[in-house]
Amino acid sequence: MIHVNALTKTFTTKKGTVEAVRGLDLHVAAGEIVGFLGPNGAGKTTTLRMLTTLLKPTSGTATVAGHDLVAEPTEVRRRIGYVAQGNTVAPMALVGEELELQARLYGLGRAEAKDRVAETLRALDLAGLEGRPAGALSGGQRRRVDIAMGLLHKPKLLFLDEPTTGLDPQSRAYLWDYVRKLREEEGMTIFVTTHYLDEADALCDRILIIDHGRIVTEGSPADLKAELGPSATLDDVFLHVTGRELRENTAV
Amino acid sequence: MTALILARHYLRATFRSKLATLINAIQPIMFLVLFGPLFARSGIGSWDVLVPGLLMQLTLMSAGLAGFGIYVDRRFGAFERLRVTPAGRTSLLLGRVLRDIVVLLVQAVLLLAIGFVLGLRVPPAGLLLGLVLLVVLAIGLASLSYAIALVMPDELFPPVATTAVVPLMLLSGALLPMSLAPAWLDVLSRFTPFRHVVEAVRAFFAGSYVTPVVGWGVLTGVLFLVVGVVVGTRLFHRENA
Repeated sequence: MIHVNALTKTFTTKKGTVEAVRGLDLHVAAGEIVGFLGPNGAGKTTTLRMLTTLLKPTSGTATVAGHDLVAEPTEVRRRIGYVAQGNTVAPMALVGEELELQARLYGLGRAEAKDRVAETLRALDLAGLEGRPAGALSGGQRRRVDIAMGLLHKPKLLFLDEPTTGLDPQSRAYLWDYVRKLREEEGMTIFVTTHYLDEADALCDRILIIDHGRIVTEGSPADLKAELGPSATLDDVFLHVTGRELRENTAV
Repeated sequence: MTALILARHYLRATFRSKLATLINAIQPIMFLVLFGPLFARSGIGSWDVLVPGLLMQLTLMSAGLAGFGIYVDRRFGAFERLRVTPAGRTSLLLGRVLRDIVVLLVQAVLLLAIGFVLGLRVPPAGLLLGLVLLVVLAIGLASLSYAIALVMPDELFPPVATTAVVPLMLLSGALLPMSLAPAWLDVLSRFTPFRHVVEAVRAFFAGSYVTPVVGWGVLTGVLFLVVGVVVGTRLFHRENA
């Protein structure tokens, strides 16, 4: 579903050149749930923005959902869903109208878009909120609206960037259950970034850890932990491969 | 088609707040009601001189500040969400511009209606041509405003855009014809596109359709349209815009 070879992204800033992603190789099979982890500034968001066509790679090649990322960005966009970090609906916008627009931009007719919106809202326990402004929803409801935006066109591949940050445990549990259901019932491939490593451990088939723009380790959560010791957690693995140095000021 | 879907969506949201649409037009309406009678009695000009100027003020304030929409959408992540959809990049721009044009026309009709009550009399052909020329200018101006909002840091766009509108409006001669200005100001104003357009609209309102003033105004409006749309489209296609 995702095949990335030697992908790089270099930014030119006032302070010089920053290599945010350096020769990244990664492969994700159809139906996998893959956790993409890394410290702040490691290159996670830049990679995600490249894989979702928001940024052009500096070099390297990538095929996403069967289409070349650079040569066929529109085909890639038709087949992927992307839920960015933070909210993606302005507080004054009405939930139903925004969802309907999103569906129509994926080519659904007006009636079909309305049906799909109703179906998606029901699936995410948001039914009845169509006429409400996004700003009037709770944090959990608003995040579920963001996720609904990424699912309306039934993508083959869903990118989730920090989907549960700032949510209470109930909302987080609900979202992860829903993500599992998407894979089990729809066969969807899910590529997710999160800082909640216990959640990545419980949810993901495979973990990729990126640091300084390169994948530093990958494997199933069980294998990664076993390599470190019988009582190791994913946090231990993460700190072992990325170190303990603070990264707050290095984000690209 | 996608541009129309977007325009319809934005219009629904805009007209939901009828008060906001009215408030955007309130400044030119205030000028019309409170400054207009003074202007008409001063001998400087009549309603057909003032109203085209106020229409230009309206155009500058609505199309010129249109980039605020991108600024808001970027702040809330909505713009990035739209960019990941298969919608054409040009449609993402034109959908917004179409909304701006409809809103501008509604506000212009409101202004004209009040103008007619106060004494404005314009030949229908002149009125129609004047509005068409303003729409041509507004398409270019709104496109350019969005383009600038895309490339400018978020914190800079609001102060830069609002600060730029005032001198551009004054230099256009929207409020007082530049024929009254000292020579240096008159020369300076000729370098702004808006003066030529406002003078052409005044000519249309006065019933003159084939004059050098009209020619310059139409040429300026069309050039502004082409430059604005080309620059706007290119920037909407640019990565990470």
